[in-house]
Amino acid sequence: MSRFFATRAGVWSGFGAAALVLFGAAPLLLSGFRLGLLAQFLCYAIVAVGIGLAWGRGGMLTLGQGVFFGMGAYLMAMHMKMADAEFRNGHGAVPDFMELAGIRELPAYWVPFASPVFTIAMILVLPTGFAVLLGFAVFKRRVKGAYFAILSQALAGAFAILLIGQQSMGGFNGLSRFRYFFGYNLDDAVNQQMLYFIAAGVLLVVVAVALQLRRSRYGELLVAVRDAEERVRFLGYDAANIKVVAYAAAALFAAVAGAIFVPVVGIISPASIGIVPSIMFILGVAIGGRASLVGPVVGALAVAWAQTALSEQFPSAWTYAQGLLFIVVIALLPGGIASVAALTKRFQAKSATVEAAA
Amino acid sequence: MDLLVGQLFTGLSTGSILLLAALGLSLTFGQMGVINMAHGEFIMAGCYTAYVTQQVVGDAGVSLLIALPVGFLVGGAMGLVLEWLLVRHLYQRPLDTLLVTFGVGLVLQQVARDVFGAPAVNVTVPEFLRGGVDLLGTAVPKTRLFILALAVVAVTVVALVLRFTAAGRRIRAVVGNRDLAETAGISSRAVDAGTFFIGSGLAGVAGVALTLIGSTSPTTGQSYLVDAFLVVVAGGMGRIKGAVVAAVALGTFQAVFETYSTASLAKVGVFVVIVVFLQLRPQGLFTLRTRSLA
Repeated sequence: MSRFFATRAGVWSGFGAAALVLFGAAPLLLSGFRLGLLAQFLCYAIVAVGIGLAWGRGGMLTLGQGVFFGMGAYLMAMHMKMADAEFRNGHGAVPDFMELAGIRELPAYWVPFASPVFTIAMILVLPTGFAVLLGFAVFKRRVKGAYFAILSQALAGAFAILLIGQQSMGGFNGLSRFRYFFGYNLDDAVNQQMLYFIAAGVLLVVVAVALQLRRSRYGELLVAVRDAEERVRFLGYDAANIKVVAYAAAALFAAVAGAIFVPVVGIISPASIGIVPSIMFILGVAIGGRASLVGPVVGALAVAWAQTALSEQFPSAWTYAQGLLFIVVIALLPGGIASVAALTKRFQAKSATVEAAA
Repeated sequence: MDLLVGQLFTGLSTGSILLLAALGLSLTFGQMGVINMAHGEFIMAGCYTAYVTQQVVGDAGVSLLIALPVGFLVGGAMGLVLEWLLVRHLYQRPLDTLLVTFGVGLVLQQVARDVFGAPAVNVTVPEFLRGGVDLLGTAVPKTRLFILALAVVAVTVVALVLRFTAAGRRIRAVVGNRDLAETAGISSRAVDAGTFFIGSGLAGVAGVALTLIGSTSPTTGQSYLVDAFLVVVAGGMGRIKGAVVAAVALGTFQAVFETYSTASLAKVGVFVVIVVFLQLRPQGLFTLRTRSLA
């Protein structure tokens, strides 16, 4: 079974099946509202693929993916707010939330976001570039393990607090009430479905990129750095460069996910990118299996679905469940669901040898 | 002059709060390498200990004096249970410990929410700590002075225990070289449990003290935790001295930065300073010299 998916035909059939489900079955079976929810979950899954790469394969526990997710989201939201303002009051108008906050003049750094091209370029470049800079600063000095985890977490905290303090970025309430996504009316059900297709397509592309990275020589090096960084360094590689690539890729995935998240959900605020939401991204990855390719996707979708289904009806029970999932999965099943098959096989083999001996 | 004294004191005060929250961490994280994300919830447990004690005892002054040792025991007991149930099985996987204890923290927060309710509760400040003292022309709140004094006492006691008692010697021996300590007949299991007890107990004490300057809610501890971790990272693993210097330095920096800018920018400033600082000293301010590669 697992050997089949390692072959070329297996990979193609895997992607084919996923495409069939995402593009064929889901839009046919799900109502518009549920399809919107699924699009939102797919955004989390895109983030999860990046975390799987950085943490599962690279051993970098990044607790600050909310920062990159938030960057992508806020950059997209800025463009959409500008487009709304331009549609209502003409070129160079001030977005509605700024009027409410008493800001009459458009801040200079908002102006270029009227351009869709500039916005998309920034979404792709800014978070990734920031991750590269930070990655070099941290990894070149061999800050790693727990130190890196804590720094990334502090980054998420600082970023959320910074945004809360910025009235011209929506402050505590964030940015919301968007009408147009690159000229497409968001109230139209057809355009909502288009957003879902974009999210599904991006997820498939991201998984394909992650697969390619894993199978390349680079992927081997990344795992080697995770398992024995010193030995890789003694072989003449610069471990920091290897780590930065995975970290930057994870940041890029998160930023793109954030950019799709905003038109799908219709709001982005500091509350959804701070320290706690950043760690919550990890939960799905851990449950699905951090080192596997599809595990993080499945885990993220499952956690997001459970959250939506349970958190409103049983808020208290859901928080307990989250906490216990963290404890049980990570302490007892560090390989996640993806490792269950291998574990049962080993268990069966062991009991078989015991029987043979007896 | 007034401004300078005022800022210096605010810095010292912020630093002492940070230090109280970070002191226990510098034992568990610094000495043992365990990242206990539930440390914040132990602080929160200390806060609620102070609250419950005051509800039972009534008199604010007496209840504060009772709550301090009780808070230590409550925090310590929770730490002991956590160490015994989970942490000791995960010493080889520090990053996983972080996530597991985060889960524990989530559960504890929800317990607090179910028991005490989500809205914040307040502890009455005792009569003798109300008002301020005039210090070189600046009015200084007594509660802040009390916390400063408490931080000094706590650090001194921990340092003395580590330096002069048999238990402290054993802790230092295990930190220095676990295998060699074992061959010398020290039970590193017992030392680990003991260190975790003291570290978590200090979180409880910090929680009791923090009720004097703020209200208590289920997420109280979380807000102190990240800053406390940064203090330990900047100070260097395994050094109380480092934690003290880093806490005061970060506190002062934050206080000064806040007066010239905003509180939110100060947080970002602290983060930038620490990243830059780690460029110069990746191992933190003070380090134990070892020959290990890591």
